Amino acid sequence: MNPIFPLQAILGTGDPLFANGINWIVVLIVIIKVLVVFGALMVSVMLMIWFERKVISDMQSRIGPNRAGPFGIAQTLADGIKLFFKEDLLPEKADRNVFKLAPYLTIIPAFLSFAIVPIGGEVTIAGRHFELQLADPPMGILFLLAMSSIGVYGVMLAGWSSGSKYPLLGSVRASAQMISYEAALGMTVVTVVLITGGLSTRSIVDAQALHLWQWNVIRLGVVPFLIFFIAVVAETNRPPFDLVEADSELVGGFVTEYSSIRFALFFLAEFMNTITMSAITVTLFFGGPDGPVPHIPHLYWLWPILWFMAKTIVFLFVFVWLRAALPRLRYDQLMDLGWQRLIPLSLGWLLIVAGFVVDGWWGLGLAGAVVVAAAIVIRAFTVGAVREAQRPIVPGIGMRVWTRPPESPAAPETAPIEGDRA
Amino acid sequence: MTGLLGGLATASTAVHPTAADVGVFAVAAALVLAGAIGVVSSRNPVHAALMLIMTLFGVAVLFVAQHDSFLAAVQVIVYAGAIVVLFLFVIMFLGVDRRENIALEPLRVQRPLAIGLVLLATTGLLLLGQISGWTTGAPHVAGRAVSNQSNVALLGRSVYTTYLFPFEATAALLVIAVVGAVVLARRPSETSPSETSQSETSQSETSQSETSPSETEEGARP
Repeated sequence: MNPIFPLQAILGTGDPLFANGINWIVVLIVIIKVLVVFGALMVSVMLMIWFERKVISDMQSRIGPNRAGPFGIAQTLADGIKLFFKEDLLPEKADRNVFKLAPYLTIIPAFLSFAIVPIGGEVTIAGRHFELQLADPPMGILFLLAMSSIGVYGVMLAGWSSGSKYPLLGSVRASAQMISYEAALGMTVVTVVLITGGLSTRSIVDAQALHLWQWNVIRLGVVPFLIFFIAVVAETNRPPFDLVEADSELVGGFVTEYSSIRFALFFLAEFMNTITMSAITVTLFFGGPDGPVPHIPHLYWLWPILWFMAKTIVFLFVFVWLRAALPRLRYDQLMDLGWQRLIPLSLGWLLIVAGFVVDGWWGLGLAGAVVVAAAIVIRAFTVGAVREAQRPIVPGIGMRVWTRPPESPAAPETAPIEGDRA
Repeated sequence: MTGLLGGLATASTAVHPTAADVGVFAVAAALVLAGAIGVVSSRNPVHAALMLIMTLFGVAVLFVAQHDSFLAAVQVIVYAGAIVVLFLFVIMFLGVDRRENIALEPLRVQRPLAIGLVLLATTGLLLLGQISGWTTGAPHVAGRAVSNQSNVALLGRSVYTTYLFPFEATAALLVIAVVGAVVLARRPSETSPSETSQSETSQSETSQSETSPSETEEGARP
């Protein structure tokens, strides 16, 4: 037995690349994989920004970027160069070290999360058989959750360290939002893991191979996919959940004080997260690189990559589409959706899926139990709301005000505010 | 020292530690120690919390080096991702996020006592590891870590069978803590309706919308 090198523990036990121990060719292949993924991610971010601007301008009957390069495709490059050469400001009241650290805390997890995405099938180069995936660690999809929880720090500390009000408010909003939706996100990932029986992204993709009805979006019922996608949109702070940068309320949110290359890093991270999350959605629910492979000699490895890219682009388009079509949510609507709708729904669905994994009767029984429990809880909430409405309550700190104010001449001004809430 | 290193590195693989194993251990240990020293010596509570993240991250690396990447992931998701975020929320909301003079000492014996205890514990641990092999006594309680089953499966099985009662008791404890926190925080004030003012209402709205996620977070994650 070979002494186990830490590289293998981190990069994966499933990858056949490490089956015969590790020598310099293996290390070289890993380095090449890293460089290719890095380069591909940077280029795709560039194209994504252009794509978003073009699509959204089409939807709004504008032309969009059309100056730099054919169809304005080099616009992002031009913007990037401009940002790079701008003056880098450091606010007087900023916490200097944390202010400098925060962009990196955002961008590094954004890069790393893409490492676990299976881009294609398996190929053989120079006598080495390996997976087209940067890393296939045993922790698999949990790596994504770990990285997104590190990403929260970048946002949170960026706002705090700026030393002014709007960034702080923006970052508190953003981090609360990201943490809240991470719960629903994690719960739907658990349903996928349950039905796959493994954490590794490669095993998740393999379990969905060959047949369309084996894709998790169909096997799990469509609900977990919908919850996952809504949570992903909130997690990446994209519209309609982009309260973080609600310009009319918060100026620029947590990036208000950032400029030049540090701002560019945040910007890059946001689009990189969008791409990664689309890719993860494809991996978890749509079979990843799975798709029909025509028999063309020497090109068998190309088709899975093309399928993967095509599916990812569909979701990238949906992201842009959502931005064009939906108005921004209010903050309390956002929190209500997350905590009162998505989390209970994903919990209930998780229970039902767990039942069906054991056997059909357990599944049916648990489905019934979940429906009954949901009915009871909803009934309890309605009764509670009616009783609360009948009883005049005194607003205190930390209390949610549901009802109209008591009919007294002293407080007619409060009506508009509380009407909003109810 | 080599005994301790060897013990840590061979606990699950039963082979001699390679140079890479020792290197990973050294880097992770340096991270953990630097973070721990940073936590107690930073003047700013936010910096202290950041140092705590560094320590937790180092511990996660140590878990990976021990081939338990599940625990490593959980370490990062739960501790770094939820608990320290909660600390940061509390620090920022209470407004204690400014520099403090840590030379002021309310309890004078505290520091010498802490240094003495750490020295004593470290020497004891090193001695025990060197003489009796005590640190490698029971590296696994739920079956061998290296088997054909995955780590997650072994862990899940033991948590839901052998250790079901402690597991459920912990869950109940966390739920009780959350319910208690909510009850304490939402106790209605005993003033009459006419006394409430406009400002109090608006204050309750802003504070409510921002504190509720972090409160509930504590119980939802672990």
